[in-house]
Amino acid sequence: MARALITDAQNTWCPGCGNFSLQHTLKNILADREKEGLPLDNVVLVTGIGCHAKIADYLNINSFYAIHGRTIPVATGIKLANPDLTVICCAGDGDAYAEGLDHLIFAAKRNVDLTMIIHNNRVYGLTVGQYTPTSPLGFKGKSTPAGSAEYPFNPVELMLASGATYVARGYTRKMDLLQQLIQRGIAHKGFAFIDVLQICATFFNMTDYYDPRIYELSSHNAADFEAACMRSREWDYNRDAPIALGLFYERLLPTFDDRFRSRSMDADERGKRIREIIEARR
Amino acid sequence: MKDVTVIVGGKAGDGINNAGLIVTQLLNHLGYYVYMDIDYPSLIRGGHNFAAVRAAEQPVMALKKTIDFLIALDQETIRRHYNTCRDCVLITNADTVKPPKDAQAISLKSILAAETAPPITGNSAMIGAFAKAAGIPFETMEEVFRRHMPKAVDQNIRIARRAYDQIRLVRAVEPCNRPPYPVLSGNEAIGLGMVAGGLSAYVAYPMTPSSSLLHFLAENAEQLGITVLHPENEIAVILMANGFSSTGIRTAVGTSGGGFCLMTEGLSLTGMAELPLVLVVSQRTGPSTGLPTYTGQADLRFVLHAGQGEFPRFVVAPSDANEAYVWSVAAVRIAWKYQIPSFILADKTLSEGTYNLDLQKMGEITVGEPPRWDGRAPYMRYRDTSEGISPLAFYGEKDAIVKLNSYAHDESGISTEEPELVALMTRKRLRKWDLLAEELDRYTVVNTGGIPDSATGLLCWGSCRGPCEEVASVLSLKVVQPLVLSPFPKKQVAAACKGIDRLIAVEGNATAQMASLATQHGIAVSSTILKYDGRPFTVDELLARVKEVIA
Repeated sequence: MARALITDAQNTWCPGCGNFSLQHTLKNILADREKEGLPLDNVVLVTGIGCHAKIADYLNINSFYAIHGRTIPVATGIKLANPDLTVICCAGDGDAYAEGLDHLIFAAKRNVDLTMIIHNNRVYGLTVGQYTPTSPLGFKGKSTPAGSAEYPFNPVELMLASGATYVARGYTRKMDLLQQLIQRGIAHKGFAFIDVLQICATFFNMTDYYDPRIYELSSHNAADFEAACMRSREWDYNRDAPIALGLFYERLLPTFDDRFRSRSMDADERGKRIREIIEARR
Repeated sequence: MKDVTVIVGGKAGDGINNAGLIVTQLLNHLGYYVYMDIDYPSLIRGGHNFAAVRAAEQPVMALKKTIDFLIALDQETIRRHYNTCRDCVLITNADTVKPPKDAQAISLKSILAAETAPPITGNSAMIGAFAKAAGIPFETMEEVFRRHMPKAVDQNIRIARRAYDQIRLVRAVEPCNRPPYPVLSGNEAIGLGMVAGGLSAYVAYPMTPSSSLLHFLAENAEQLGITVLHPENEIAVILMANGFSSTGIRTAVGTSGGGFCLMTEGLSLTGMAELPLVLVVSQRTGPSTGLPTYTGQADLRFVLHAGQGEFPRFVVAPSDANEAYVWSVAAVRIAWKYQIPSFILADKTLSEGTYNLDLQKMGEITVGEPPRWDGRAPYMRYRDTSEGISPLAFYGEKDAIVKLNSYAHDESGISTEEPELVALMTRKRLRKWDLLAEELDRYTVVNTGGIPDSATGLLCWGSCRGPCEEVASVLSLKVVQPLVLSPFPKKQVAAACKGIDRLIAVEGNATAQMASLATQHGIAVSSTILKYDGRPFTVDELLARVKEVIA
């Protein structure tokens, strides 16, 4: 019997929130997996803290509702400890790009086999509206009433520079593409990074800005690193430019977890080896 | 009592630690109980390093001020230690040291030239010279070299022989009638104890004095069947460890105060998510960077209270390698059974000190396994049981939907803000603390030493026990050493202090943290003897200070 994929927890996202699209997308992906006979028992969802993270309560799968900025180390530990698990991280832009940026860069550097979905609404929602690392210059939030004084960084370019082996950008209002990108990211063996432009209906509704500017990558060679870098710079999350959606880059490289196969040894054998080490010190 | 102190001194990079370890083994093989402290500044080359080895007929875990043998590889060693070497046997390197008139000097340069050996092997010449001056049979030295010299054994033995033949016997160290015991550092005992307790993964970022534990486990990872990981910072360390433990892998982290600061948000998560985790915190002198390579006991309150919110934790402070081993086994088992953070609180003196390991005389702390999920869905990760301990299932198990959560949550692991449920789950977590206290009360978690019916007692914890024991035996005092610090063993401390009308707290900090903890639990502390200069108490120093207090 297929399991109910949504829990009984009351959903508290705002009407029109982009998180609904992401939850629906993940639910579809999970349902597809189940149809293919892949057990959902092997999927673990790790979230940070913020609006995005409520998805841990809503999806009826294994989850680790972690703390702000720290999805990646938790997910890395899970994957290293049990490489048979499929580990998916959902994190916000404040979460992954501010509080936990070091971990994000290291996950790309290490090529840990996990899928990183950034719910990038470019604003702190749950703390009711402050600028994030991807808010445009001059963003008027509650902590920057006169406008933010710093440029956003470009997470797609940053991940390419850091060694991510799968780099994509989606949009919550392009759900078919979003589903393809996440599905392919999960199938990718290595660190799959998907920056998802997500609508925050309450604090930063960018629908009218994104809709006319987005386009899907075509005739782009995702195996070409230089082309990926060039394309990633077309829009820098600040100035006005066409916004490419799709897969920028993909490459297969050995993963961190492959190099770190956990060993197993029974207690008696361990005990014997401990005694050997102690005896050698006599 | 036969009682010998040897100091080996030289520059950082001269291999002083290893030279000290060989001297320690020589005395171990003569049948002595041994203890070694390594003193080094925070630098890589140059500076002054020295290893102080004490060997006695009875177990010792502290140094005396006066020394019997001084092995000086450089002039600085003479400058620093010659004043404590009034009547001692002095062996110097003739090439670098202007020898005082009573020294026996050997030229390392000419010995090494004759053997075309690298400079580091000069230590073997110094050790050979020491062995002869101390009347240690050459065969004993050869055996120790064969057992404990990592490489080029034959060449090192030849070098030692050359020095041995140049020196005259000055003061024979009489053998004791005892076979050699294994010799380990406190950190090595902690590492092996944790693995014996079922540890399968160790995650750490380098920080003195915990780094040698990381190095030891990494070097032996293959042999012990464990995974050792060094991530980007201590924040990642504890969260990766949380990830490991969520899949059923017994995991520990290790650090010192500064790294532990970064771990506190992860610690609070560990408490809320009820994840089993062992934390080795080895104290050094603070605050902040402090003295990176020197000791201290100023993080007791920090470790007891770190992390926002209230959650149960286990804290044990072993005083030597034997306790470190046995209680590290226990710390892993306790973390696992109770699904709580479990601390091994050490300090530089214990972590990097070298001790005899004699596990035969130690009891075992047999903590049972945690309950496992019975397989009936729906699985509830935080099921509210009478004991507060929820049955475990891990990611990947069939039909177990495991939901771990940092938010206040219900039994299934889904977030809640309902007041009754929040209060209920808080009580559920805290019940585990009471249960742990009950279980621990079956064991000796407060050590006593010295003279049992003395009306004056020394209250100490961790590595301070060594000097306290010796001073107590000289002055006929009692020693009370709480080994477990959380849950605080109130009953056992009270029982140990019964009949004491003057309790003196002896601690390696400036604010008497153990004294305040004891007072908080109704134990009257009359006075304090505190040391906060980064160095451990010597027996002589503590003796003088206790005499002042009781005069």
